[in-house]
Amino acid sequence: MTAATEATHVLLAGGHKARQRKDRTMTVLIWGAFVLAAVPLVSLLWVVISKGLHRLNGSFLSHSMRNVFGGMDAGGAYHAIAGTLLITLGASVIAVPLGLLVAIYLVEYGRGPLARAVTFFVDVMTGIPSIVAGLFAFAVFAIFFGPGIALGVMGSVALALLMTPVVVRSCEEMLKLVPNELREASYALGVPKWLTIVKVVLRTSVAGLTTGILLAVARVVGETAPLLIAAGTTASINFNLFSGRMMTLPVFIYDQYKQGPVPCRAGAAGVCIPTINYERAWAAALTLVLIVVVLNLLGRLVTRLFAPKLR
Amino acid sequence: MSQRIDVKDLNIYYGDFLAVEGVSMAIEPKSVTAFIGPSGCGKSTFLRTLNRMHEVIPGARVQGKVELEGVDLYGPDIDPVAVRRNVGMVFQRPNPFPTMSIKDNVLAGVKLNNKRIAKSDADELVESSLRGANLWNEVKDRLDKPGSGLSGGQQQRLCIARAIAVKPQVLLMDEPCSALDPISTLAIEDLIQQLKTSYTIVIVTHNMQQAARVSDKTAFFNIAGTGRPGRLIEMDDTSTIFSAPREKATEDYVSGRFG
Repeated sequence: MTAATEATHVLLAGGHKARQRKDRTMTVLIWGAFVLAAVPLVSLLWVVISKGLHRLNGSFLSHSMRNVFGGMDAGGAYHAIAGTLLITLGASVIAVPLGLLVAIYLVEYGRGPLARAVTFFVDVMTGIPSIVAGLFAFAVFAIFFGPGIALGVMGSVALALLMTPVVVRSCEEMLKLVPNELREASYALGVPKWLTIVKVVLRTSVAGLTTGILLAVARVVGETAPLLIAAGTTASINFNLFSGRMMTLPVFIYDQYKQGPVPCRAGAAGVCIPTINYERAWAAALTLVLIVVVLNLLGRLVTRLFAPKLR
Repeated sequence: MSQRIDVKDLNIYYGDFLAVEGVSMAIEPKSVTAFIGPSGCGKSTFLRTLNRMHEVIPGARVQGKVELEGVDLYGPDIDPVAVRRNVGMVFQRPNPFPTMSIKDNVLAGVKLNNKRIAKSDADELVESSLRGANLWNEVKDRLDKPGSGLSGGQQQRLCIARAIAVKPQVLLMDEPCSALDPISTLAIEDLIQQLKTSYTIVIVTHNMQQAARVSDKTAFFNIAGTGRPGRLIEMDDTSTIFSAPREKATEDYVSGRFG
């Protein structure tokens, strides 16, 4: 071994052990953090599934709570599922066009103080406590319909209030990701700005927009507090957003759990289930989780269908 | 088919900042005009004023006149969208629309404008444009595949096909070969030679050999220092600019003794 080889070897081999140790420590730490983060998620899913699966059946999904009382082995969340879907759909109908248009304004047109003000208020809206949104919807409708009003559409308005800023934020980020070169390419072909936005910018970012919108939907589909005020509670099926109270899944869960255990007479074991309310609450919770999962899968599917293809 | 451009005392501003000052030149139809000069001297900015593309940058404006066959492009009743249909542009980086097939990319000018086109006319336009861009033989079997799957040089020729599919009179090229390898560059240069028989072509390039090879006239832009406006130093036949320029700065630049 020459002196040069020796020197080079020292140069190249030095610090090897120490770095390996550091690498191992960091790997352990990062995996530990991942496991720590996954534990609550997995345990939550486990609890919801193990407690909810028992009662989640066709009868539960197809019956309301009308004429169900005591510990009866009957009743379901059909009215709450319908209410949740309708109210969330109503909220999306309001919030998605509004949020998307605001995002387009901010990215494509917004300059100066107005755009800054819009951004500021969107940020402020993101932080509105959900109960305040419910109170706001109630206050607005109470002006026209008097106190004590509760409608499905009020719930939609309250949820839309919470959803709009989320839609604006996520759509804004997605629109910003569209390379300026594509806009310029379109302008250079003599395409007007509005057509460029509709056919190039929105088309290119549609996968991201869909994901963002579905995440916003998932964010509000589990809201309880505003719906408790705005849409109220009921045991009956109501498909009309514009008339009467409407049950939703989160409120149903709260309502059932609140009622607690049922006092059963001795000897009524077959007809009266003491824990029936808890069982319904957990089954409804599982239904809600499943709805969110389906929404996310739908988002994945849309993303895959519309994503730009390379080959 | 092709039109001449006369620029008279053009000043270009970004907000209050004067980016290019006092440019006057005549660009002949059916010829290739090259713009050369150091980075930041305003040649791309100036090129973009020839089809009002610089207006997409907020605060950009011009003083002076750009006349296309005597019509001032900045006249009060002139529609910038119509100007861009007439004066096409190819950019530095190939930018085919990622959501569209090769065919749809060529038809983008038609389709994005919501114009209806018969299928036979569309096929004909696709073939003639791709042939015009020397790309037909390479892609004719995969017209429905995404445009972003092509190589860089093919993508750039696709962008040229897309630009000529809207049948412009003038074609502006902003460093069209700077992201390409020498073979693709050669293909584009051959294409420019063919295209000049029917279009007025203006090309910005950092490659002086390229300017010497493809252009009939060359304009040299320079800048006195950062924060100062770019200026047109001289414009002449390409052979004159590269052999016997009038200005010392031009000679220094083309001979590589710059600064």
